[in-house]
Amino acid sequence: MSDSEKKKPNRRDFIVTATTAAGAVGVGAVVWPLVDQMNPDASVKALASTEVDISSVERGQSITVLWRGKPVFIKRRTQEEIDSARAVDLSELKHPEKDEDRAKNPEWLVMLGVCTHLGCVPLNDKGDYGAWFCPCHGSHYDTSGRIRKGPAPTNMEVPKYEFVNSNTIKIG
Amino acid sequence: MRNLIRLSFFFILVSSLFFTKVNAAGEQHDLLEVDWSFKSFFGKFDRASLQRGYQVYTEVCASCHSLKHLSYRNLAEKGGPEFTELEAKAIASNFEVTDGPNSDGEMFERPAKLSDKFVMPYANVQEAIAANGGAYPPDMSVLVKARSGGANYIYSVLMGYDEPPAGMELDDGVYYNKYMYGNKIKMSSPLDDDIVEYSDGTKASVDQMAKDVTTFLQWTAEPHLETRHKLGFRVIIYLSVLTILVYFSMKKIWSRIETKV
Amino acid sequence: MSDHEYTPKSKVGKWFNDRLPLLTLANHLTDYPTPKNLNYWWTFGGILTFCLITQIITGIVLGMHYVAHADLAFQSVEHIMRDVNYGWLIRYVHANGASMFFLAVYIHIFRSLYYGSYKSPREVIWIIGMLIYFLMMATAFMGYVLPWGQMSFWGATVITNLFSAIPLVGESITNWLWGGYSVDNPTLTRFFSLHYLFPFLILGLVVLHIWALHVPGNNNPIGIDIKKPSKDTVPFHPYIVIKDAFALLIFLLIFAFFVFFSPNILGHADNYIEANPLVTPAHIVPEWYLLPFYAILRSVPDKLLGIIAMFMAIFVLVILPWLDTSKVRSTVFRPIYKQFYWFLVADVLILGYVGAMPAEGIYLLIARVATAYYFAHFLIILPFLGFKEKTTPLPLSITEPILGGSPDMAMAKNNFNYKEKL
Repeated sequence: MSDSEKKKPNRRDFIVTATTAAGAVGVGAVVWPLVDQMNPDASVKALASTEVDISSVERGQSITVLWRGKPVFIKRRTQEEIDSARAVDLSELKHPEKDEDRAKNPEWLVMLGVCTHLGCVPLNDKGDYGAWFCPCHGSHYDTSGRIRKGPAPTNMEVPKYEFVNSNTIKIG
Repeated sequence: MRNLIRLSFFFILVSSLFFTKVNAAGEQHDLLEVDWSFKSFFGKFDRASLQRGYQVYTEVCASCHSLKHLSYRNLAEKGGPEFTELEAKAIASNFEVTDGPNSDGEMFERPAKLSDKFVMPYANVQEAIAANGGAYPPDMSVLVKARSGGANYIYSVLMGYDEPPAGMELDDGVYYNKYMYGNKIKMSSPLDDDIVEYSDGTKASVDQMAKDVTTFLQWTAEPHLETRHKLGFRVIIYLSVLTILVYFSMKKIWSRIETKV
Repeated sequence: MSDHEYTPKSKVGKWFNDRLPLLTLANHLTDYPTPKNLNYWWTFGGILTFCLITQIITGIVLGMHYVAHADLAFQSVEHIMRDVNYGWLIRYVHANGASMFFLAVYIHIFRSLYYGSYKSPREVIWIIGMLIYFLMMATAFMGYVLPWGQMSFWGATVITNLFSAIPLVGESITNWLWGGYSVDNPTLTRFFSLHYLFPFLILGLVVLHIWALHVPGNNNPIGIDIKKPSKDTVPFHPYIVIKDAFALLIFLLIFAFFVFFSPNILGHADNYIEANPLVTPAHIVPEWYLLPFYAILRSVPDKLLGIIAMFMAIFVLVILPWLDTSKVRSTVFRPIYKQFYWFLVADVLILGYVGAMPAEGIYLLIARVATAYYFAHFLIILPFLGFKEKTTPLPLSITEPILGGSPDMAMAKNNFNYKEKL
């Protein structure tokens, strides 16, 4: 029976088109809450920063703290480590960044302990540069946490942090 | 169209049946009715009342009643008392919370942060019961929703302390309340004139404090009430417009055949 | 059901359709010939489909945030209400959606009772529908337990204790249901699992329900078979689609009013008090949609018989196609049955009302009379009426009275009213 109708030129009524459009807008509006509910919720966002007591960390030692569900390496570097990090010529680096920019207080290096390749946690005091080495796919990082060898594309990320006082670092 | 009228009639009939209240034991008084600002379609909270209500809660209720589902950050959130973030931080830092373990494996005390939940007056339910002569002071986070009558009920109970009627025997530590279910309550009248000092100069009468704290508790129970009303209004408008559009589309489409729709 | 064989126009479409005839199915659904004279009571099938999908989607979302543990369930619900983005909206839609779902299903069932849609050749549609209804009640009951409030806990205790009435094995069965010696964490976790599963079973049954419907086609307000499809029917799309959409929007307006302006009015205040095994609330009432059955249960003084009566109340509906002996489908042509139909509606509403009241004094008496009448309607009145009732003459076809010339003036008028009501 619909044959004769289909053959007619598809003269769609304005009102029907307008209705369909208005309905589509509504469906779109309904989708947003269903998508947004998967975003970090208010209680997660409230935990976005953490304070760490660093008074007991000796020179050459490193501690790992959990922040936003990821490990953060806080390394109190020795003078040699600082020197070796600063001596590197930027042109040798895959992802050129000055150590001065990565560690504002040269003694303390704070960075996300997540390999930029595929998200594994690198091991400390390992690898060709005497600093970090990722066991998953063999990325070597130097004493500034910069990528030197292996598949990782960039240096380990430095999060936003500040010294609340000489003994406390606030990350985030 | 007649069917639609019948349908809505049927709907009203069905729903009205189930909203009939069940009588509780004891004598019943009709609850006091307040014209709350958060009632009605566009209802909003009175910001100043919420802030005063928070003050009454902290200075009067908080010694026995917890608000365990709230965090200090909520005080600065939109649609609530809307303290500034600094004020909320200052409020939080008045409370000590237990954190840890630290690197030595020990728990330690520190001032509360915005992300912390409200500190509870008692460590657990048993302690709360023991400290209150065998009656558990209920958590107040959703108290307004947990009592039929809602805000009016809470307000009425706060205002309902009175001399017991002749012939009513009350045990020690039990008080007469006109509006409480069964008329017996184990909480003594919590409010007295000027028991708190409002910083905005409002006179702290029992009635004023009861209204403020009830408003505050309505917010703790329904923190998104304002968003809900605002969004609800838009949704109703949108649906109405679409309904009209669909109605005319339907007329148009059905006009292709001779049957009426 | 289209009378011509469907072939897709495009080559790719044809290639695909030869392997998996999805396009044939889509074509069948759009062209499905639907009686012209369906009234608005017929839109509730579409509304119910919408309800089921809404419940499934919002339920899956809530499941992402909910924690099924006796110590954390209540707290996680509050977390959803306070912290999760739009969590309050999604939960209120889900909670009120259950009520709206039942409202729609009751209208759908009573429409079927009025127009005799359960009669031959549609018995299987009806029985599948009853299975869906039964699963809906089970799903709703288990869902109500999940927030782990006082009503959740005590509702679960009371309903599961029904099974303890079974002689000999009652206690073993309740312990098996609970996974312990009372309603507790194991009960909560299994209810969560089943509450998640059942809607998909319902969805499967809905597919069968619609499939079974598309074999004989829709019943209609006059209740007679379609004589000439080209005259008596319209294609499902766009005619029925747009009409269903209109009815759905009216339904959504009511739904939205509940969600945004009275989200807790259909629930019970006590469910905002965390479950406490030491204190029973003063009045335990199930959600409104279960009240008639609750009234039947309480009206029988014996525990086991009460439970049997409650399940029988559903079972008589399942065998209804064989209890109703009348050959005429639509109540329009059954003047006496029409009276009894409205008595039944009133009876069920009364049962619902007394179900919400304390089971004592006058309420108990009313509940007993109403329960007795409920069974009398199905077991005595219906079979008897089918033989005795003198029905009014049926029109020759759906369009016949419209095209003029009905042998009976009164009936022609009746059918004219139908046209108006459409």
